[in-house]
Amino acid sequence: MPTGLFHTKYEDDDKIFQTVWLKCWMGAFLLFLFAVFPFLAPHLSGLFGFSVQHMANMIGIFIIGAHGLNLLTGFTGQISLGHGAFMGVGAYTSGILFMKAGWPFWLTLPAAGLVTAAVGMIFGVPSLRLRGLYLAIATMAAQFIIEYVMRNWTSLTGGSAGLIVDRPTIMGFSFDTDFRYYYLILVLVIISTLFLKNLLRTKTGRALVAIRDRYLSAEIMGVNLFKYRLLAFGISSFYVGVAGGLFAHYNLVVSDEHFTMWLSIQYLAMVIIGGLGHVLGGIFGTIFMVLLPEVLRIPTEILSNIYPNIFAIFGTLRELVFGLVIILFLIFEPDGLAARWHTIRAYWKLWPFSY
Amino acid sequence: MIQLEVQDLHLSFGGLAALSGVSLSVDPGEIFAIIGPNGAGKTCILNCICRFYYPDQGRILFEDKDITQLSPHKVAHLGIARTFQNIELFQGMTVLDNIKLGAHVHLRSGFLSGALYWGKASREEMRLRREVEERVIDLLEIQAIRKKIVGTLPYGLQKRVELARALAMRPKILLLDEPMAGMNLEETEDMARFILDINEEQGVTIVLIEHDMGVVMDISDRIFVLDFGTKIAEGSPEEIQHNEHVINAYLGGSDEAFSKLGI
Ligand SMILES: Nc1ncnc2c1ncn2[C@@H]1O[C@H](COP(=O)(O)OP(=O)(O)OP(=O)(O)O)[C@@H](O)[C@H]1O
Ligand SMILES: [Mg+2]
Repeated sequence: MPTGLFHTKYEDDDKIFQTVWLKCWMGAFLLFLFAVFPFLAPHLSGLFGFSVQHMANMIGIFIIGAHGLNLLTGFTGQISLGHGAFMGVGAYTSGILFMKAGWPFWLTLPAAGLVTAAVGMIFGVPSLRLRGLYLAIATMAAQFIIEYVMRNWTSLTGGSAGLIVDRPTIMGFSFDTDFRYYYLILVLVIISTLFLKNLLRTKTGRALVAIRDRYLSAEIMGVNLFKYRLLAFGISSFYVGVAGGLFAHYNLVVSDEHFTMWLSIQYLAMVIIGGLGHVLGGIFGTIFMVLLPEVLRIPTEILSNIYPNIFAIFGTLRELVFGLVIILFLIFEPDGLAARWHTIRAYWKLWPFSY
Repeated sequence: MIQLEVQDLHLSFGGLAALSGVSLSVDPGEIFAIIGPNGAGKTCILNCICRFYYPDQGRILFEDKDITQLSPHKVAHLGIARTFQNIELFQGMTVLDNIKLGAHVHLRSGFLSGALYWGKASREEMRLRREVEERVIDLLEIQAIRKKIVGTLPYGLQKRVELARALAMRPKILLLDEPMAGMNLEETEDMARFILDINEEQGVTIVLIEHDMGVVMDISDRIFVLDFGTKIAEGSPEEIQHNEHVINAYLGGSDEAFSKLGI
């Protein structure tokens, strides 16, 4: 009976999933995501009153973006209020290259990441001098500048009319349904999560977290602040750019209205509610933020059926409750859902000997 | 041969002179202590060496290379590591990660290979882990806390972790700013033993700032006495213990001074 984790080799101690049980759970969970959930989704949709498959796809796309922001804000300690617009850069890049230049999707998606990384790094330059609230303002400026360009460079972006984007095809296989697109997203979510997890347990990740915790002593230990601060912006923007690319081909139309300040704030809410500085934080926070409005819709609709003439009030009420839930979360779970999850798991890991 | 040389260092904060013309030289392999009353400017010397502070005047040479204009992270690459008077650890990271970060300058794998965790990067991580365990964690006897978050540890252990982090850099010279401050007798003795071990077994030069005169007299090869930003004496522990200047200036010639200087 295991009463603790004892490793005889450093290699074992280094593994992401440290016990056989964890591996089994993870395997079962992946099996569920690949082989059970997408077939279950249509049945659940009827039950909940919204398309479960569509929700899952949106969650997947935003998880990738939230991972990116978490790397920057949660792990490197640099806030960004520009990630909504950065996602737009990725969406337009992939959409334009795909529709206008005729590039294949397997090239446009990485290109979306790379172009967004470059843009993110340019707007990340102030981070070398600014921190906290000041950096928030500087990245907010990035948000407005990019929004302005998206809206007004009509020859390229289609302006507020939007850009029509087709579903992608890879090696003759078309991701033309939500069901098919789900697998594309799922694979990318898994890759991006593993990528993040590995990054964080190697040289670069340690340097980033060190900068977050105490940048001056990181520098004394040989960390090049300039390089790593920019790198954090680059990798983070790459993530959100890929999310943007995925969104473009999924939503089929891209316009500047998708990538406003509101999205930037939603991204921040995702990583804060999920847990800054936890890989799981991006996942939990995104699920929460995407599902909450849908879940809140159900009681609102029931109520507005009973009192149809004050429907308008309930519409606003939903937004109010939405805000309230977030505030309550910040008060009662300030470390985020992921931290709660870790304490629960630590308790169960060695159950019943967990004292 | 001189390993670290400070020439005519001047530093002031808005008219207040913290250092006025300090020169010192440290030989390879020695334990060089800097002592002096509070506010004498001891920490300022270290901060100038690490390029935290920019001296108004003066030069700093490390192995005959002028480092006065280098950026702080480049100084680390030369093999100069330090600990801080007020602990400057990465509070949210584990002990192990703090120590591993100390080896940052020796790691080669970039972020892509790290994130893919294939071949080179994972081998490098394993090599690092083994080295850190054998050369640092075992030496400083912190095996039991390696997975703990630093912020949750008591003060004495945090001091030890900070030494471990500096040691992981495989430094040529180690600058220690009051490593025993706030420690009880047992912790102080442990720390003195660790410093001697590091100096003897790994051949690391030590620059030690410390108020505990017993320790300083015991383990130093040479002592440099600083007061109001200038040198008032330099020499072997015996010489310092019997130096009139030091006895007078250090604590106004009181009996306390004698006991403080361990006579
Ligand atoms: N960043 C700073 N701004 C203003 N004054 C400073 C600064 N750093 C140091 N000083 C001043 O310089 C003088 C020397 O400070 P320093 O920290 O080097 O003293 P110290 O010898 O290390 O003293 P202690 O034994 O108390 O650590 C002090 O008068 C201090 O107030
Ligand atoms: Mg000091």
